[in-house]
Amino acid sequence: MHDPGVSGRLLVEADDLAATYPGSAVPAVASATFSVRGGERVAVLGPNGGGKSTLFRALTGELALSSGRLELPGGRVALVPQGDRSRLDFPVSAFDVALMGAISRMPWWRRPGRADRELAREALARVGLEDLAQRTFGDLSGGQRQRVLVARALVQDAPLLVLDEPFAGLDVPSAERLAVLLEELAAEGRGLLMATHDIEQARAWDLVLCLNRVQIAFGPPRTTLTAQVVERTYGSEIVALPGAGELGIVRAHARHEGDR
Amino acid sequence: MTGWLTAPLAHAIVARALVELTLLGVVSGGLGCWIVLSGMSYSAESLAHGMLPGLVGAALLGVPLLLGGAVGLLVAALSIALVARVPRIGSDAAVSVVITGLLGLGVLLGLSPRTPTGLAEILFGDVLGVSDTDIVLAAALGAVTVGVLAVLHPSLLAAGFDRASAPALGRSPARLDVVLAVLLAGATLVAVQALGNLLVVAMLVGPAATARLLTRRMARMMLAATLVAFLASVIGLWLSYDASVAAGASVTAAIVVLFGLALLLRAVRELRQRA
Repeated sequence: MHDPGVSGRLLVEADDLAATYPGSAVPAVASATFSVRGGERVAVLGPNGGGKSTLFRALTGELALSSGRLELPGGRVALVPQGDRSRLDFPVSAFDVALMGAISRMPWWRRPGRADRELAREALARVGLEDLAQRTFGDLSGGQRQRVLVARALVQDAPLLVLDEPFAGLDVPSAERLAVLLEELAAEGRGLLMATHDIEQARAWDLVLCLNRVQIAFGPPRTTLTAQVVERTYGSEIVALPGAGELGIVRAHARHEGDR
Repeated sequence: MTGWLTAPLAHAIVARALVELTLLGVVSGGLGCWIVLSGMSYSAESLAHGMLPGLVGAALLGVPLLLGGAVGLLVAALSIALVARVPRIGSDAAVSVVITGLLGLGVLLGLSPRTPTGLAEILFGDVLGVSDTDIVLAAALGAVTVGVLAVLHPSLLAAGFDRASAPALGRSPARLDVVLAVLLAGATLVAVQALGNLLVVAMLVGPAATARLLTRRMARMMLAATLVAFLASVIGLWLSYDASVAAGASVTAAIVVLFGLALLLRAVRELRQRA
């Protein structure tokens, strides 16, 4: 949190990136060519199984590239997973979870120290949860859990945050609160990459990256999100809402990332 | 007034048993919590039972039980890995088939007239007969376990809490699983001398499961589990002294009773919170 990053600094540069899961012959995501700079908010759109999570795994270094090039001049990338993917029955407080971010900066034999605990407290204050620091993580609301996970990413001290559908399942006040927080983080010079299903929300962000196993488009939403691009991104999941004049997305709830 | 409390300790064998159980309780308090939280309790039970033929074999051949147990563990682990590879057989079915088979083989060997130590001692342990070597081994095990768990605590916590994003924090959940499995195998091997093949799991899993009901933070859970293990050891040994019942079984029974009390306590607490 000392140096959130300078606006305009190049944080990610992907050139024809492709990533393939072990044991699979076809890449889960391919031909991804985009860049993210400090202060930019990038919405990543795509159907379930479209390669959003795969791209994130490649960015965090969990999955090796099968071809192409990926430069991370900003250094670390912090992942903010979906709040309900973690174990809600685990005996940890909000503070414990925020502090977990510190271990990404240290070798396996080191333990977080006083400075790291101070960082965790600051990060929780930053996301507006200093009063709930000692609350058990599983007892928090969905929106609060999501903000704790953002705090954990802040403790990682990474200039680039990768968020996996952070708005999924949040009520309106929680979602608004999170949206404001993300705006502030970008204003501080951090780069944000967010997977989302909400095209309307994506229109309000700086850039959109459309994926459907390959990159369909990348650019500012106004010029990029044409009906044709949306149709190619979502394929058969697309429907025209009668009378609305806009295109809507039917989410395939039963399918998961990685399904064929 | 405290005579009844200290009287059993005047017997060297009871005092030694308490030292041994306290050392194992420290291991149980630390390792047991990770075993319970990472859903490895079934593996713990299976490993303990699967090593029975190794223990009986060692008794037959006159080699140290520790060696026999180690070979037994290795055979059990390899058999499970092999059977789990058979198509259409899940790993839980593989574990069940292999472990019941090995347990049966162990009993068959143990009932042979040539077995010098009784089968009962291997199955139920002999906590009142622990040797100096057993105590030294338990102390060494305790030191190694506590040391490894303390160093890896932040990583284990992060991986246990959110396995999927642990790699993004630079930690491999699979590697941490291996560390836990190795520590578990070591603990089972050492504890089996005192508590026996059938009861060792109670000590490794019971106190942590009890602590899980009462606490909501990792450090407190470990402390509570260690205390439960110690309390159960004292109650069990004293019960065994006063009522002349088997010591290992009394300790196990005490753990189960404490678990029941914890369940009750939690139910009362939840009722109060609702009221």
